[in-house]
Amino acid sequence: MLNTYAPVQPASDTPAPGLSRRSFLTASLAAGGGLLLAVSLPRFVGEALAADGPFAPDAFIRIATDGTVTLVMPQVEMGQGIYTALPMLIAEELEIDLAGVRLEHAPPDGKLYTNPAIGFQVTGGSTSIRGFYEPLRKAGASARTMLVAAAAQMWGVDPASCDAAKGVVLHPASGRRATYGSLAEKAAAIPVPKEVALKPVDKFKLIGTPAKRLDVAGKVNGTATYGIDVKLPGLKVATVAACPVFGGKLKSVDDTEARAVKGVRQIVKIDDAVAVVADHMGAAKKGLAALKIEWDEGPNATLSTEEIVKQMAALATSGPAVDDKKVGDVAAAEAAAARTVKATYQMPFLAHATMEPLNCTVHVRPDGCEVWVGSQVLGRAQATAAEVTGLPAEQVTVHNHLLGGGFGRRLEVDSVTQAVKIAKQVDGPVKVVWTREEDIQHDIYRPYYYDEFAAGLDAQGKVTSFRHRVVGSSIVARWLPQAFANGLDFDAVDGAAGPYGFPNLHIDYVRHMLPDGFVTGWWRGVGITHNAFIVEGFVDELAVEAKADPVAFRRGLLANDARARGVLDLAAEKAGWGTTLPARTGRGIAVLFGFGTYMAQVADVEIGKDGAVKVRRIVCSVDCGVVVNPDTVKAQVQGGIVYGLSAALYGQITLKDGRVEQSNFDNYQALRIEEMPEIEVHIVDSREAPGGMGEPSTAGVAPAVVNAIFAATGQRLRQLPIDPDRLKGA
Amino acid sequence: MSFTLKINGTSHEVDVDDDTPLLWVLRDVLGMTGTKFGCGAALCGACTVHIDGAPARSCITTIDTVGDSAITTIEAVGASPAGRHIQQAWLDLEVVQCGYCQSGQIMSAAALITDNKAPSDDDIDNAMSGNICRCGTYARIREAIKHAATAYAGEAK
Repeated sequence: MLNTYAPVQPASDTPAPGLSRRSFLTASLAAGGGLLLAVSLPRFVGEALAADGPFAPDAFIRIATDGTVTLVMPQVEMGQGIYTALPMLIAEELEIDLAGVRLEHAPPDGKLYTNPAIGFQVTGGSTSIRGFYEPLRKAGASARTMLVAAAAQMWGVDPASCDAAKGVVLHPASGRRATYGSLAEKAAAIPVPKEVALKPVDKFKLIGTPAKRLDVAGKVNGTATYGIDVKLPGLKVATVAACPVFGGKLKSVDDTEARAVKGVRQIVKIDDAVAVVADHMGAAKKGLAALKIEWDEGPNATLSTEEIVKQMAALATSGPAVDDKKVGDVAAAEAAAARTVKATYQMPFLAHATMEPLNCTVHVRPDGCEVWVGSQVLGRAQATAAEVTGLPAEQVTVHNHLLGGGFGRRLEVDSVTQAVKIAKQVDGPVKVVWTREEDIQHDIYRPYYYDEFAAGLDAQGKVTSFRHRVVGSSIVARWLPQAFANGLDFDAVDGAAGPYGFPNLHIDYVRHMLPDGFVTGWWRGVGITHNAFIVEGFVDELAVEAKADPVAFRRGLLANDARARGVLDLAAEKAGWGTTLPARTGRGIAVLFGFGTYMAQVADVEIGKDGAVKVRRIVCSVDCGVVVNPDTVKAQVQGGIVYGLSAALYGQITLKDGRVEQSNFDNYQALRIEEMPEIEVHIVDSREAPGGMGEPSTAGVAPAVVNAIFAATGQRLRQLPIDPDRLKGA
Repeated sequence: MSFTLKINGTSHEVDVDDDTPLLWVLRDVLGMTGTKFGCGAALCGACTVHIDGAPARSCITTIDTVGDSAITTIEAVGASPAGRHIQQAWLDLEVVQCGYCQSGQIMSAAALITDNKAPSDDDIDNAMSGNICRCGTYARIREAIKHAATAYAGEAK
């Protein structure tokens, strides 16, 4: 997912990491009556580079004359619980029940809400709570203040003598009361207060309590509508085959047999793919299988993972490298070191494999285009549809839907671009659905990383220097070219020294260029998922070299970071660190800081004689600042661990002859229920600014497991996925 | 070819090739989109329905093999006591995240507790192993199944 844009240390009086300070409110009379508050949110720093323009609201709060409160917001629900957590922020300060907030998803009705810029927000990078935490509470507090002022004016009393509770303004002295609905229009004429006091943490009634998810009822009875469930009159269904070799083109198609399949309506050719349009997906798939396709495989026809890794290994030596951080004098420290430890770590390309395969429904008309999709980036979807059709953006309507998983895959719009190209040739609406094979073989992959370390230790085993070179393709160069101006991919090096303070430090980055057509992108946990595995594995090696206990060794490196020590010690204590374990079992730890959150995980693993790794238990401690919905935090930790563990145990995309070798859940495996470890989550009580929770646990699990494998077997695994062959009989 | 299907107690006539998977008949021909497509190869369980009460992967169940069997989908599983208890437990224990796999999880779980009102962890593993959840809701699925089975058993007494 989208990254935090700078490795910023969080503090309660600064904006959340990666977010600028820009945020404000306007109020007006809502069309149809009532009070309309427009909230402009802080921008991702990347966007802020170009976004110091006029007031552009990102979310709206409407209080109708019947008292209903509606939040119109751009953040999309993909399982992370944001449809529940954001309303909690408003309800807390507005003094209404959580059940009193209704949600409407952006983009809004143009008659009620005026600014289409709302669609350009991004849901990703564990940024939603960090971005909305203050603005939405301020919006709620401002609305409450205006409603109280309206009532006080009406009654001719001092606003300070009034209270607000459960959607009603009260004047205790006279016993008068007025509902928010009855005051909404009057409140729209009250100026927006310049400053509002927000509740202190200890006065929260909703925030910090486990609220029931608001989006789940339809998800247990089949009525929830994901992008793939769109129904329209005259809708056709298409499935597609893109050139299996990245960057290749379509040469020719013999569609004689496909056309004879019952229900097949049309064969559509685009430059690099062919689609079969049919009455239903069964016919479309059968038709696709019956096509005889000739591809022009292009220049990547011999591309292999081995070749890519060879290139990266050469780059690790030759560079050119761009500096990220330089502290002290690494060369001098290495020269003076009693011992130098070196290691190379590697992480594979990964697919996202969201449960809902990619799909996009499009209807292109001469004067407009409609798109139905589940996307983390509605604005990008709209922009690509406009570009492909040649229509102005305002003639492209994007209808967003629930996402059957995002994990960063739905930050990309390649499938939207393709669907619009297909739809341009189809009369009427068409739903383009990728098969699972297409989904795995035409993903935008998590980059391969090839990292080299060198560390100096003195005679007492103290780390005197730490050098880390990251080699990998750059996502930032493609996504935010303006932030890549100096050739440093800030995501690739995010967390490259862990949370540690090293006296002499050098981190640099070498960009690896992938061939055209093979694209890498955000994957749950982004840069932190890469660096947490690599750094925590290497730091564990240093602890061994120093003959130190892994927890004590880390604590020694965290002298200046109380929150990091806090999670480290909490996880160790709860896991029973130091207790004796049975044979062939081991316990490992990892600690990280990412997305504004501190986390430690302790893994207990058992290794079979055949090398099979069974993860028995994960104890996770988390300090994510103020917790909005603790049950959602726990769910995100559990889910992130499963996603990270699937990758650690099984995840890899490999290339041969320019093609991806994996195709479905049999050879790109996901963790299954019988492999699920017991997970304990311990949340630190904290008043710090909230940190992101969508991704840290994905990052923390692989290093904890790999360190536990070392403890059990003495085998140090420096490459993922875990290779059981190396653990046979170990 | 024309087929008459008994789905959720209602007869439906469809005209598709005999090798058409039931999944696409449900979703695209009949518009019953609660049953989900995940893999097309019986590897993930998202498309699970009941055929005469037994869980089946509709993505590889061709329409010519269904005959006059009774098909139950997520849209109607709540009409059975087992399905109702499972759905309620899913809500009570906040199992769901993105929700996309949950139709299939609920169908597998409902079939399990229909026959087994005190499932062990091994029983749950066996019944649910074919259902993948990428959001990682497995721990809550296990707890919710036990919860639902207990409630169902209590009601049956």
